[in-house]
Amino acid sequence: MNNLFGYKQRDTWLNRATGTAKLIGFLTLTTIGMISYDTRFLIVLSLLSVLLMKTAKIQYQEYALMLKFVLFFAIINLVMITILAPQYGVRLYGTNHVLFGSGYWTITEEQLFYEFNLLIKYFFSLPLAIILLFTTNPSEFAAGLNKIGVPYKIAYAFAITLRYIPDVQSDYRTISLAQQARGYEISKKASILARSRGAVQIIMPLVFTSLNRIDTISQAMELRRFGREKQRSWYQEQVFSRLDILIIVGSIIVGFLGITLLFVNNGRLYNPFK
Amino acid sequence: MVAPLIDFQHVTFKYHAQAEATLHDISFQIYPGEKVLIAGASGSGKTTLLRLLNGLIPQAYAGDITGKLELNGKNIIDQTLFDLSLQAGTVLQDSDAQFVGLTVAEDVAFALENDHQPVDKIKSKVAKWASRFGLGERLDLAPQMLSGGQKQRTAMAGVLVDDGKLLLFDEPLASLDPAAGNVAMTMINRLQVERDLTVVIIEHRIEEVLRADVDRIIVMADGKIVANDTPTTIIQSGILPENGLDEPLFVQLLRKANVDVATLANVADVNSVDVQAYKQVIEDLKTPVIKQVKKNKKLVIKDLVFNYDDKHPIFNGLSTAIYQGEILGIVGKNGSGKTTLSHLLTGFLTPESGDILLDGQSLLSQSIKERADNIGYVLQNPNHMITKSTVYDEVASGLVLREVDAQEIETRTRKVLKLVDLDSMRHWPISALSFGQKKRLTIAAVLVLDPQVLILDEPTAGQDATHTSELLNFLKEINKTANTTIIIITHDMHLLANFVSRALVIVDGTLLADTTPSELLANATLVEAASLRTTSIYQLASRLNIDQPEMLNAAIVHHSTTI
Repeated sequence: MNNLFGYKQRDTWLNRATGTAKLIGFLTLTTIGMISYDTRFLIVLSLLSVLLMKTAKIQYQEYALMLKFVLFFAIINLVMITILAPQYGVRLYGTNHVLFGSGYWTITEEQLFYEFNLLIKYFFSLPLAIILLFTTNPSEFAAGLNKIGVPYKIAYAFAITLRYIPDVQSDYRTISLAQQARGYEISKKASILARSRGAVQIIMPLVFTSLNRIDTISQAMELRRFGREKQRSWYQEQVFSRLDILIIVGSIIVGFLGITLLFVNNGRLYNPFK
Repeated sequence: MVAPLIDFQHVTFKYHAQAEATLHDISFQIYPGEKVLIAGASGSGKTTLLRLLNGLIPQAYAGDITGKLELNGKNIIDQTLFDLSLQAGTVLQDSDAQFVGLTVAEDVAFALENDHQPVDKIKSKVAKWASRFGLGERLDLAPQMLSGGQKQRTAMAGVLVDDGKLLLFDEPLASLDPAAGNVAMTMINRLQVERDLTVVIIEHRIEEVLRADVDRIIVMADGKIVANDTPTTIIQSGILPENGLDEPLFVQLLRKANVDVATLANVADVNSVDVQAYKQVIEDLKTPVIKQVKKNKKLVIKDLVFNYDDKHPIFNGLSTAIYQGEILGIVGKNGSGKTTLSHLLTGFLTPESGDILLDGQSLLSQSIKERADNIGYVLQNPNHMITKSTVYDEVASGLVLREVDAQEIETRTRKVLKLVDLDSMRHWPISALSFGQKKRLTIAAVLVLDPQVLILDEPTAGQDATHTSELLNFLKEINKTANTTIIIITHDMHLLANFVSRALVIVDGTLLADTTPSELLANATLVEAASLRTTSIYQLASRLNIDQPEMLNAAIVHHSTTI
């Protein structure tokens, strides 16, 4: 099976659920989580998503790279906010509790609290994204996208990309080696300039072989009537079970809770400083 | 009188992108239940004809069509590609690129999904067709896990789920090894009988296709139909070689024995051709197999050990020698290590232990670039190699990178271009070249570095008999004049039988045999191990009780090299 995004058969209830239900659950939880700045709600959401990931039996090694990548961006994001808008927290919460520093570089409790909220947003959304990608068969994922209203041609583009990525990778390797034999040095021995010149030599043949491939694929698809009907069915589509309804109902309840908090707090913020 | 399924009357077609018409005044009929072979050299228009049948023309390729084209009594031009696909299923040439599903099951289901059929109905149909093609256990596998033959069977199942009655095959043998090709032809044969299908096969490998009992051969050349008759009549008339196509090997042998092929009954079928009377003249053709006479070891491979991962060892102590000036063929089924070996020689891969010596010097410490100065490697797909926009620049680029002075670049490049017959086209954009010309161009780009050893991966893939013989003459020429050692990795039976002087059979990383091609092709056990197929000469010999059939193969070899 194509495991580019780490999909694997795992015997868990999250694997058994349909792509559509998981997609709806994911979209509901992340949307409300992105809107809300209620720290209590976000913490509960994070705990929930970490708990869900535990039950999905995904090993740390499988998502380690993705985690490091996201953490790296989260930290860069937070550092940039501190540098570019150090007083944003004060403006947001309307109070000013100075911790240290002065002038432009005054660090306040409000600012730290605001950035803490941002950090939790990463912490709850990453596990949810990992669960969705790692427990959903790519074709079923495409079916799920189509079910919630994405046109099937776009949804299928997702599946077909996964299908041909390994082929393009192998083309890339072959072309790269062939060009080295011709004399383009792209190993570590050569200077950066020479290496980038060598890399350019790979692009042209890669583009041409890929264009050839796309030509054949689109013919093969048309010859089997892709695009003929307004809708298409999906082999990997699964029948909705009680589990899926529970997932959707559960996430709607959580979403509803978040919306209720918007009214209770009189806005998106939860303000402990007042 | 049964109505024809396909009826073409005076069809002429010109692509918008081209100045000349590709098809001229084509008229033919195909009747229900027939199996028809459309044969022709490249550029004969056979692919264009197929596109007219399945609707890719005019819907994917625009052009001007005149004449009458009917499928099932209805005008083809008035129907959409989708309507036509329900009547005529097409299996394309590239079994890998046409695999659109992420798994076997999804690929077989693709057409039904597009028809928006209920999923449970799709699943039962997929299960039925997959098991009929022996794919029942492989439904969840990705295309990367399948052999060429399995991919093609998936493509066939994916077309037959429509229950259409007409199947079109575009070069079904092109991406298969001979053994898998044989299985494919047998399967096409069986399907046709069981399901009362009409089958149209586009191919130029006559020997292989004739094993599938075709009813009729339509021979095309220069956009016209030059013959349309039963295989027997076509072969009796001797029209195939005149149009750039190879006759079956046993027919070549009969001609060599001066048997009057034109009057021979059942001459298209090696198993029923009436040849008992000619046993003696055939036996008289026996030619001793010439053994290797080269003495100087050029490349020595010593105890080579290589694995991609611990679970799948490829080479576990491979040792052999390749001699100066020989033409060596490396054969063996897919995935048994042929390409891996050439990658080890060129430095694309590094062995775990063992050594590779060129003229007694170890190559292991040299980089890919350094080795390329001595060992030239031509990949199977020319598009993987071409980086420049004009013919001259492409050939010169290797020299430019090696900082050879301008005057010398000019002389050497022109010399090689003349050798491959591309000098007059040296200012042409590469996009204007045919596949065969591109192939010659990539060989020239490698040859300009004056390699002492030339490795070619499937050099005849995608080329017809005329282009193949041009290419082989040219390789023979450089082998003779520059004493270049040539190593060819191939499945091509004709190439093996007619060109190679020594054959290494590599199966699962072991050197199974080191022999002459004539002996290899006459040895049923070896042929099976290498996923090759015995030739029709072997069958003819066994029917006539002629022993040592390799000596008949050798007769053909000498016949072909004198062309």
